[in-house]
Amino acid sequence: MTDQDTPVQRPLSPHLQVYRLPLLPLMSISHRVTGVGLTFGTLVLAWWLAALATGPGAYDLFIRFMNPLGGLALLGWMIAIAYHFCNGIRHLIWDTGHALDLGSAERAGYLVLVGWLVLSAAMVGSALLFWLG
Amino acid sequence: MSKSQTTPSLKTARGLGSAKEGTDHWWMQRLSAVAMMLLAPLMIFLVITLIGEPYDAVVAKMSSPLWGGIALLFVCASFYHAHLGLQVVIEDYIGGHAARLTLIILIRGALIILGLIAVLSVLRLMLT
Repeated sequence: MTDQDTPVQRPLSPHLQVYRLPLLPLMSISHRVTGVGLTFGTLVLAWWLAALATGPGAYDLFIRFMNPLGGLALLGWMIAIAYHFCNGIRHLIWDTGHALDLGSAERAGYLVLVGWLVLSAAMVGSALLFWLG
Repeated sequence: MSKSQTTPSLKTARGLGSAKEGTDHWWMQRLSAVAMMLLAPLMIFLVITLIGEPYDAVVAKMSSPLWGGIALLFVCASFYHAHLGLQVVIEDYIGGHAARLTLIILIRGALIILGLIAVLSVLRLMLT
């Protein structure tokens, strides 16, 4: 005898609003997000170089536009590049066919996170030193 | 092995495959990545040392063969790498053929133009 008010308990696919991504897929999508973000950074790089080649007036305009929020963007660019750099090395190792099993991939993932934090701290620290000093 | 050499099989790509470009996209993405493992740290070092410097000092450093050259190579590698990467992201997430092709062409065009501006700017600094 079946009760019509009780729906059948079927398994649900991961519900993106409440599903906590495991480390590896989270790091995978982060690689793409930082990659797309860094592309916007290259646009600023092009503007910086073009302003530099145009003259002091254009360069002054660029610097005034970038202060102070551009400084934060520059720090964000460094943190993003540190992540894309470290995780990119893991991808290059995978491309050679090594460390593809779940355990190795996860261990390398933690190594990437440590390298990312160290590189970010070093870059942001030295940038702030140059900035304020 | 011997059978696939004599009988055409749908599971084996022949020539450059259905996309007609072989593994070039994949390979160049990796090659530009390896180039930037060397170039990116140098470029970041350059940018950090130029923070807050006056215009003349920045021009002087960027027009030197060493730092101008590094900036030039970084610009080429990063715009190329960005173009290849964004193409894959678009191909993965944009379903419609027209929208996908339009986006890829627009982004390719924008990155070529901006990359060209960046390259010409560095060249102008180095050659004047």
